[in-house]
This record gives sequence, structure tokens and C-alpha cells, in this order.
Amino acid sequence: MSTTETNAGETPEVPVDPNAVSISINGRSVAARKGELIIAAADREGEYIPRFCYHPRMSSVGMCRQCLVEVEGPRGPMMVVSCMTPVADGQVVRTETEQVKRAQEGMIEMLLANHPLDCPVCDTGGECPLQDQAFSHGPGESRFVEEKRHYEKPIPISDLVFLDRERCILCDRCTRFAREVAGDPLISFTQRGNNTQVMTFPDEPFASYFSGNTVQICPVGALTAQPYRFKARPWDLEQRESTCTTCSVGCRTVVQSSRDELVRYQGVDSDPVNWGWMCDRGRFNFQSVNSEDRLGTPLMRRDGSLAATSWSVALDAVAREMRSGGAVAVLGGSRGTNEDAFMWGLLADAVGSTMRDAQMDDGLPSSVFSLPQATIDSACAAGTVVLLAPDLKEELPVLHIRLRDAATRHGLRIIEIASHDTGLTPHAWRSVRCEPGAQQDAVRSVLADAEMSAQLAGGNVVVVVGRANLAESAATTMAALDGLLSAVPAATVLPVLRRGNVRGALGLGLAPVDGNDTASVLEAAAGGKVACLVLLGADPLSDVADADLARRGIAGARFVVAVDTFLTRSAAQADVVLPAAAYGEKDGTTTNLEGRVSNVVQKITPRGTSRADWMVAAELLHLLGKDAGVATLADVQRLMSARFPAFGAAAASVEVRRNGVVVTSGGARQPAPAVSVTPRSSYDFRLVVSRKLYDLAVGTAQSPSMANLAPGAAVLVHPLDAERVGARDGANVKVSNSHSSVVLPVVSSGAVPRGTAVVPFNQPGADVRGLIRRGEPVTDVRIETV
Amino acid sequence: MSAGGTNSFAPGFYEGDRPRIVTSRFGLEDSHTLARFVATGGYEGLRRALGRPAGEVHDEVRSATVLGRGGAGFPAGTKWGLTPQEVWPRYLVVNGDESEPGTYKDRLLMERDPHQLIEGCLIACYAAGLSQCFLYIRGEMALAQERVATALNDAYAAGYVGRNILGSGFSVDIVLHWGAGAYVVGEETALIESLEGNRGMPRLKPPYFPAAIGLYGQPTIVNNVETLANLPWLMVNGAEAYTAIGTPTSPGTRMVAVSGHVKRPGVYEIVNGTTTFRDLLFGEEFCGGMRDGRTLKAFVPGGGSAPWFLPDQLDLPFEASQVGPAGSMLGSGAVMVMDDTTDIPRAALTLTRFYAHESCGKCTPCREGGTWLERILSRIVDGKGTDADLDQLMEVGQSICPGAFPHASSERLGINATPFPYRMNTICFVGPSAFAPVHSALTLFREEFDARVTRRIHIPVSAVGAAQ
Amino acid sequence: MARLTEENVRLAQEIISRYPRPRSAMIPLLHLAQEQDGYVTEDAMAHIAGLVGASPAEVYGTASFYEMFKFHPVGRYVINICGTMSCALAGAEDLMHHAEEKLGVRMGGTTDDGLITLERAECQAACTEAPCLQTNYRYSFRVTAESFDTLVDDLRAGRLADEIPPHGTVARVRQHIPADKGAGVHAPEDVKSAPAWLDGKAAL
Repeated sequence: MSTTETNAGETPEVPVDPNAVSISINGRSVAARKGELIIAAADREGEYIPRFCYHPRMSSVGMCRQCLVEVEGPRGPMMVVSCMTPVADGQVVRTETEQVKRAQEGMIEMLLANHPLDCPVCDTGGECPLQDQAFSHGPGESRFVEEKRHYEKPIPISDLVFLDRERCILCDRCTRFAREVAGDPLISFTQRGNNTQVMTFPDEPFASYFSGNTVQICPVGALTAQPYRFKARPWDLEQRESTCTTCSVGCRTVVQSSRDELVRYQGVDSDPVNWGWMCDRGRFNFQSVNSEDRLGTPLMRRDGSLAATSWSVALDAVAREMRSGGAVAVLGGSRGTNEDAFMWGLLADAVGSTMRDAQMDDGLPSSVFSLPQATIDSACAAGTVVLLAPDLKEELPVLHIRLRDAATRHGLRIIEIASHDTGLTPHAWRSVRCEPGAQQDAVRSVLADAEMSAQLAGGNVVVVVGRANLAESAATTMAALDGLLSAVPAATVLPVLRRGNVRGALGLGLAPVDGNDTASVLEAAAGGKVACLVLLGADPLSDVADADLARRGIAGARFVVAVDTFLTRSAAQADVVLPAAAYGEKDGTTTNLEGRVSNVVQKITPRGTSRADWMVAAELLHLLGKDAGVATLADVQRLMSARFPAFGAAAASVEVRRNGVVVTSGGARQPAPAVSVTPRSSYDFRLVVSRKLYDLAVGTAQSPSMANLAPGAAVLVHPLDAERVGARDGANVKVSNSHSSVVLPVVSSGAVPRGTAVVPFNQPGADVRGLIRRGEPVTDVRIETV
Repeated sequence: MSAGGTNSFAPGFYEGDRPRIVTSRFGLEDSHTLARFVATGGYEGLRRALGRPAGEVHDEVRSATVLGRGGAGFPAGTKWGLTPQEVWPRYLVVNGDESEPGTYKDRLLMERDPHQLIEGCLIACYAAGLSQCFLYIRGEMALAQERVATALNDAYAAGYVGRNILGSGFSVDIVLHWGAGAYVVGEETALIESLEGNRGMPRLKPPYFPAAIGLYGQPTIVNNVETLANLPWLMVNGAEAYTAIGTPTSPGTRMVAVSGHVKRPGVYEIVNGTTTFRDLLFGEEFCGGMRDGRTLKAFVPGGGSAPWFLPDQLDLPFEASQVGPAGSMLGSGAVMVMDDTTDIPRAALTLTRFYAHESCGKCTPCREGGTWLERILSRIVDGKGTDADLDQLMEVGQSICPGAFPHASSERLGINATPFPYRMNTICFVGPSAFAPVHSALTLFREEFDARVTRRIHIPVSAVGAAQ
Repeated sequence: MARLTEENVRLAQEIISRYPRPRSAMIPLLHLAQEQDGYVTEDAMAHIAGLVGASPAEVYGTASFYEMFKFHPVGRYVINICGTMSCALAGAEDLMHHAEEKLGVRMGGTTDDGLITLERAECQAACTEAPCLQTNYRYSFRVTAESFDTLVDDLRAGRLADEIPPHGTVARVRQHIPADKGAGVHAPEDVKSAPAWLDGKAAL
């Protein structure tokens, strides 16, 4: 294992910088870099210049005029906006002259002229840049005696966001974010002059996956988030910095609570990861932690039904089964911390288990981690990114934002190989469509294309690889990856497995041994070969694409233990259910898709008697007579350091290294076998089952603000295919193959090529999984009207 | 010298017995047709230009010092040379969004002689290496749009525009584009935003100088209609003939609209640099003096944005280097004349209301300040103002334009001029323009405001009713 | 309440084809929509968004910036009376009061018969012919109470139907660039070098 450290804020020593310039701010000499803005240089030096529209992660617009400063010019001092004026060698900047002060006071007075000053009832009161800067840089009184602007307030502009136009100071931050960062320009300035207002198109809400960011960056209380409205006042909040584990991007966040209840997550600007942004799913799923449906006490099956019991009774029962000599299997672990996974790996070792897997047959073999690894930053700085991956906007939204930014603003060329249009398709340099099973052919056609192969030969290539289709075996992706890496051997790989800590869990003891992955474990269980099946935050009945296999596996296991926060479908079938501490209820570390280890923190008391997964493993080890000698998290990390030194060292330092520490293992490429796919028969559509951001996943479904956002089950086909089938848009059709059939509404979509049918996974309305069989490389179906 | 009557084909235009560079065809009924244009020497300038290397044509324009007629008065030949090296393509955007209060001449040039404009566009594209031309006409000018569209269609058919012009190998398209009602779009960066399909909100200069970062981020020349209309004559007659008219710093002619309380309000093509405001307002060949035997109270010398002049400034010529130090600007060639019956606060209100109404809303001082000025001024005009309001007008103005604001000198008031230009806290000139009439009116006619306001005690209001 | 008709989509595509970026055609297409329906409908804006590759919110954001675009039905004739300085100096306020009385509506209102909408406008570039007004962007100069009445009577009697097209139509002549005559669009991504004629030699 090797360790790479990336830490913003700890500027590495650079010899002589050709772009270095020296400027003077308020008489103090300041080192800056060419192209840097005055306001950024001043920030670094602790010279605060007031501002509203400026945001370091977006382009400057110079609108609010609050950041006016004086710059010495050939004809005396000039007033310039520091957010749009780059530094220049020898520049003399003054931020505190009488003239500047007067301009600042003038701007504040004008911004307050039409502001309602309803601070006592405003969510933002107490953490409001307008309020704060009115005190620090304002005139202290208003001379505006005219009638203020009036608008209806507040109005919902989406299910998650409310807009109060009276409070708005028209800084363009939200609209700029929507257009520039999210790529969802669903809000815009409308009208003109003094009547300018932010608005959506009538009947088209601000349904962006990133809408919560606009609330966070709004410098007044104009935008408020439905889940936080009137929940707390800033001065009642306690907060700790943490890492979001909703998906594997690992956005840095602050977790905020009030009266021992989670009330808000905010993005933290981590330079190598999320730049302060979050997706709405990650931002608002704190609601699920507060859910009434959380498990708070152990349950044990008695007379066919689950009933509350004590931890000692429940753990004794589990230990008894584990001691029985039958095979023990551990599935899951990617929802927990590194320490959780490590301790459960230790337990699996202790009971001689060879059956474990942190993935639900929905990812890629963990051998992808042995390939030369890329980081998010290196992918964004690459010459070319080849996407052999699911729709990142749906699965790893902030990675989508980073790559989109690189492609739209920094010249990254994306070659996308996908079965249908994705969120990045509009920004891809080349987009190659391939039907399920044909990824290897698509790679060959990319390599045969003169322009694309020349681009790849240009070097600095990153392959972003993941599981795009659950109705297709992972082998086709691995074969395509292999083909690509044979042709571009210097390429690095960024595996985009979706689950929060999947990489940590796989790397710390929960990776399959000898190919015994989730599918073969379930098959073994179905055959009565598993005595004790532990579901560690795993719900195969909902998550495994081959539903039949999951059903048989759970039913066939002699004893099923579920460690979970909710009584999931699988947990409801278990013999013992152990309540787990949720995100925000336990300390530890997590590993993101890059291998970046960073901390997660406890902010509130765990629900009921629930506890961290690692504690459960430690107790079971004790009951099994194999006590690991751990009583605290520090003990766990000590043990982890001994076994996985790089992880251990990383975990030990994340408190100070807030951007985390990247742990990767170098290795050699192992050739992947080619996969042959049989041609279609009378089942003439090839099925793609892919994820949407909002689905029935427990964290979303248990968050009231997002519970209704899942788009619902449907089958998407090309308009001409819909016509051929004879189905009108929205009409129900029967999708069937020899295994099963399901009735779904049809949606005709130009984003889907002919002959392909796309069904979103895990949606309310209908379950498509009956059509999928694990042993078949692709899934072919027929579509008929009903 | 005969004054002549108004032109029957172009109401408001007076021909007069003067050198005519851009209005020579205005007296012909069918001046807008291709046949008449060609029959009167049209497209000869283009032919001459194409007969010389492009660089030479550019040099000719540069040496003629053709001042921009849009308002800023920057020489066109110099402007064309400001593009960064080796960045292609470059575009020409023609600013036909004439909307400055008091101004109209571009409308007449488009309605009466559209081919002359087209010819000018082609010469500019050829000389400056501009690959495509977008001719942006103000949305409300239906007749101008029709005339230019017809002219373009005819010119395409005849091979004067488009591919391989006159068989020369020079090819350029002129795309007719039209606006939809927004004064601020006359500002060149807002014009570009509008042409890109956006809200017409100005961009900050620097960095967005169109010559460097313009349409689609490419080097872009934005020229006014009248500026381009000068080029055909210049190509035929040469820079020497051009500079023989007017003065070395203000050569040629310029079109000026004089409106308000004169006997004969009208549009005149005058000799640049030498003609004085007195000539224009009182000369028999121009406006013929004040109407109804009244006396001159004040006049706006260069469009609604310009600080006002008093009779003291009548002898200034149309020469930027003299008008600037006297406290105003020549702007877009529009003089608005007020006689002694004029209600000064109300007159100022009509202009301030205009700029407040036309603010794009992008930057705070203009969006909030313009309306604030308008509201205070309205109150004063309605007799509901206080003396504190008068100071407040100046204070709001300070937040828009810090420091001394330009104004004229007055012997009567014993004040000296503050020279043009002003300093501004805004992105463009719309905000300062809302303040300009207020400042002029209040500085030069304070007594009319004093008579309108009542004395009241000023009670401070807390700025922030903050929580905590 | 309509999307663009097939014929107008064809026109829209012709307009779009003249620009390096489809979005540049946004304002011309909004005019086209207003010409079709008399005002700009939501359906038309959504349609235009698709044609130029913008979001409907962006189309509305642009459209609502410009005063000529109406989002609700207006009269067949929109009369704009200028109230800026030159016209104000020539009695525009009195004319506006007269117009309100004559039509029985306030500024911004539409007559009961749906024929005329009256609006206050800012400078219309006819300052020497003050006070002036525009009827569907066609001028009347030096307007008096009497000439205003005549205008309204003529509009009501249909005597100006040939001269003044219904609201929405501004120019009745469109530009057409024949396929064999056009020099073509020059998009930044396609053009990387100086035009051929800048080679130091005369073109003719």
C-alpha cells in the first residue's frame, strides 16, 4: 500500500513561481499569483472586503458593488470591484479609505432600501451576510422612507426550496449556481430594473438535484430549505465537521444539531473533493436519522414474529448460531465506517468465514482497486476522461459537478460510452452509444476512430469505471475496461462504486474471498449451506438485482441476523435484528471512491439502545471467546493500524487533515476474459436497469421532504420503438421475458437508442427485478401493450 | 443661404446648404431602393475599397479620424485596431439600437438610406478582417427594419453582400437582428448579451472590452450606424477630403437632432468641430431661435445622459475637447432645449424616470438608486418633498457617482465648471445618467426646488431591525 | 396558447441557421411567437427553449427583460405614447390624459372591445416631432388631441388595416439569405485563422 496525501491549506514548497506578483493591500506587501483576484488575495491575508455576489467557486459578475476598493491608477485612485479585478505586480490597493467606506455604506443602504428587515422571523437571521455586513460595513441608519417592493412571500419553487423575493438582493448567486455549476438553469432573473426578481418558469419547478446549495450560498434569507425552515436558530446550533456517506464521493460537510436532533447539513469547501457543494439527497437525508421508524431496540423472532428483546439475549442467540459450526456469511458493510468494516472482517476471520461481500452484486470486482488509481482532481485535470460508468448525475452527483466543470470550463475532453444519454452527455466531447453487452465493441470502435484514438494517444487519460446496468453482468464492463487499458496502458482508473464506504469495507476485510461474492453466498444460502447469514446494513431483498436469487438466499439461510437502522424488507425476514447507530450517531472514518480516508463524527445520541456496528462485532468476538481487546474507537484504530498500516495511519490523522488522506494500493492489471453475448431472439429489447438519485432507498424514503421525489417505475424507449409497440406515452405496457413479466407505463425518450429499454431501479410502482437472472450476461425482454 | 423646408420623405429632417456626407440621398423619394442607390454612386465606395489591400483601407479610415457617433466619440479606425493578435473569427456588430432621449439620426439613416449602411458594414468587415456582421436594429423601429431587410435581400440578390462580393473573393454575411425594447441594450456589452439571446445586462469593462472579449467571447467591433454610414463617402472621396471638413480633432460632419422649445426642431447634418450651439439653436439655417419669442433657460447638449448647459455655454462648438472641460459631453448628437416656461424639476423627472425605468437591474446603485432618485423627485414635483429630500438626492447620487459630478459654469450663480467625465460605482452609464439631470437641475436651478419643498425635521430610522 | 406552427418552425430554423449559436435567435423567435399569437404564450416559450437549446426559465428570463414582449393578450393595436423629455416638453402629459379619456382606459389598459391597448412609452427616437406615439410601432408625429381622435376613429373603422398590421407583427419584410449567396456562419470553433482577404493583396 502506498499513501498519497493531498491537502489544501498546506501549500507545498514551490521553488520560484514565474506567476508570482507582489501587491500592496493597505500598505502591507502581499504575495499573490497572476490571475488571482484582489478579493481572493485579500481574503488570504485576512483583509476582509465585504461582498455579496462574489463566490470563489463561481465566475465573478461584479453586480452587488459591495467589494469596491481603491486601486492606485495612472490618474489617481480608482474605485474598482475587487471581485473582478486581477492582481498586477506593484498594484496598490486600499480597502479602508474614506471613499471606500462611503461606497460600502452606500451599497448597504441601497441593498437594505427594499429589504423587509424581517430578521426576527427569518431563518437566516443570525448567520446572515447582509445582517452581519450591515453592522460591520453599513451606515447605521437608513434614509429610505419610500414604500418598499412587495411580493407574495414565500413561494415554494420546488419541493425542497422556498423563495422570498422581498428578501432577495439580486446577487445572482443562486441563478449563477443553477446555470454554471449544476447545469440546471431552472431559475432565472426575470423582469427588469427595480422589478427584477428570481423566478422559475411557470409550472416548471426548480427540481435540481443540487437545489440545496442555492440555499446555502444565498447571502440573505431569500431561499430557505423546507426541511430546515423554522427548525432552529443559528445560535442554538451545534456543529461538527464530517464526511457525507450517502454515496462514495465523500463530500465534506458540517453536521448541525439542535437539542440532540440533526437539523441541517451544510457543504464544506474541500478543495480535492466537493468544493462546498452537496447533492440534495445527501443534504436532506438527515431527516431519516430522525425518523420515528428507526429501530431502537433489538428484536428476536418468537413464534414466527419479531419481538423486542435485550441486547444480551439477542447477541447470545447470534453467538450461539455462529458457534454452531455451520458456515457464517457477512453481507454488507458499505454503509458503515472503516472501523465497523474492519471489526466485522475480524469477526468473519475469527469464525473462519469465507463468505463475505460489501457489495450487493451491483458493483465491480474489487480488483479494480488494484489498477493504477486516479483521483477526482486528477480526472478533472486529465486530457481525456473515458466514461465507462453509470449516469454520474444520478449516482454520484458531486462527481458529476466536478467533471462537468472540468469539461465546460477547463477543456477536459470526455469520451462517454453509455447505453443511453446521461447528465454528462451534453458536455461529452464524444458520446458513443452501445447496447448492453456491447461495451467491448464500443471500446474497439473508439480505438478504431482516428480522432478519438489520437485524443487517447495524447496521454493523461483517466477511465471512470462503474456498473452502469444492473441487468447486465459486471464482466462486460471489466472486459471493456481491459480492452481499453491494453490500448492505453498509461491510463489511470477512477472506480465509481456507488455505496458510501464500499471502498473502505472492501479494503478492510469485507471483500469476497476466493470469488465468494454476494451472488454465490446467496446461492449457497439457497442451497442450505449457510448457517448464519449476517446482513450488515444490507437489504438483499431490495437491493440485489436478481430478486429471485435474493429471495431464495434469505429463505434458505438457517439463521439470519440483520444489523440495521430500519426494519428493511430483509430485516423483517431475519431471526435477530440488531439496531445500528446511524450516520451522525457514531465516530469513525470512511473511505471515498478515490480511497480518501476522512472522518465521520457523532453529533447526537444514538437512537434507543442502538450502537455502532463495530461494537456489535466486538461484543460477538467476546462472546465467541475471541475477545479482540477493544473498548474504544481508538482501540479499533490501533488494531486496524497493525493489520492495514496505511488505513490506520490515515485514520489517525484525519482530525487534522480535514481533506482526508488518499490510501491506494498499486498493482498490476489482470486480464479480464472477453464476454460473449448471444444475439437477441424474439425478446427484442435489451434491458438497462439503472439508478435514479431518488428511489426507495431507506435514507431517501424515510426523509419526508424527499419521500415523494422518486420518479416512479417506467420503461423508457425510443419514440419510434414506442410507436412500433403501439403504445402511447404514459400507457401501461407489459415487459416480459421467460422469467417473469411486469407492467409499467411507457415513456418515449429520444435519450434512449432504438432496441434498448431503460427501467429505473428500485422505484415505487413496479419491481423490474424479476426479469433479471444473475447468470445471464444481458437481459432481453419483449414489450407489448396491455 | 436658404433654410429650406422639412424633407417630405423624412419628417423632421432639414437639408440645408451644407456639406452632406451621410444624408446626400435624403431628398430623393426612392433613396432606399437599390436602383436609386446605385444610380447615385452607391457601392462605389465598396468597389474602391475592394480594389485596395484591406490594410490600406483600414489606414485610410484611421487617418480620417472617423469619430464614433454612438456617444463615446472613439475613432473607428483606432477601435478596429484594438483586437488581440491572431484571435479569429472577429465579428462586426452594428449598433442600431438608438434610444438615447433626444436622439434620432440612425433611424433616419436606416429608413432613408439602408444601402449606405450596408456598404459601410462591408467596408468595415473588409478593412478589419471581420468574418460576420450582425446588424442590430431597435425593436420598435418597424419601418427601419423593413427598409433594411428589403435592402439586404436586394443586395444579396445583386451580389453586393454574401458570398464572393462583386467577384472579389471577399465574402461576408450581414445578419439582420432586431431588439425588443430595452434602452440599456444600446450599451455595447449589453448589446452583445442581447445578441447572444440573454437579458441585456452590461458586462464589466474590463475585462469585457468587446474588441478583446465580445460576441461569443471573440474579438468584436461594435460600431454605430452613423459611424459606418460615413465610410462609403470616405472611400470615394478619401481621408483628405474628409478631414478638410470640420476640425482636425473633429473632422467631417455629424447628425444632430434638436428638440424642445425651438422654432424649428429638426435633424441636421452639421459640420463637426466648428458649428456652435448658438449656430444650431439660433441660426436661421438651423432652428431659427426660441419658439414664441421666449428665452433660453437651459439645454441638454448630448442626449439625456449629458449634464445640462446654460446660455453661458452657447458659443461652444461641437468639439469634445471643449465641451468636456465645460462640464458635459456631446454624446449621441441630441440637443434638448428648454425655454423660460420650463418647470425644471419636472423636466429633470422625465429624464430620471427614463433611466430608472431602463435600468437593467444588474448592479445595486443603479437598480436601487435610480428608482430612489425618481421617487424622491416625484414627491418633490408633487409638492410633497422636504428640504432634507434635496440633500438626499445628492447623497443617493454620491452612492452612484462618488466625488464631484460634472456641471456647467454659471455667471449668474458664480460657479465654475466641473469637467466631464464623472466617476462611477456602477457597471455602465445608466445609473449615472439617472443622476445627471438631477444633479444639473439641482445645481443650476436650486431655487426652483427650494420653492417646491417644505421644511421638516429629519428623523433617523434604524438601519437593521435585526434579531438578537 | 400555442407552440409555433409548422410554418413558423421552418422560419425559426432558417433564422437559427444564420447564427453561430442557436441561442442568439432567441429574441427573433420570441417576436415570431408574438407575431403568431399576438403575445408570447408559455407554450411558445417552452417550444423556443427546445429550439435554441435553453431552458424555459432562461427564455422567460430573457423575454421578460424586453418591453415589447407581452405575456397576456393585448389589443389588436398597442398605442405607445412617449413621455420622455422632448415629448414632455411638447405636452405629452396632456396628450396622455386625453388618450385615457378618449379610450376610457388607464395607461396599460385595453379597451372593452379588445381593439386598443394604451401604454406610456419612453423615448421613441422622433424627438423633434414631439409629442409622438407609435401604433404597433408605426409613428404618428406632432400628435394633437384632434389627430389622436382621428387615429382612433380610423383604427376603429378599419381604415388603417393595410398600413398597420396587428400587434405582434413588427417588420413585414423578413431577411432571406439565398443558399447560393450566403457566406455562411463563422463559429468560433470552426474559424481559427484570419480571413483570406487579409493577405495584403487587393480583393478586386
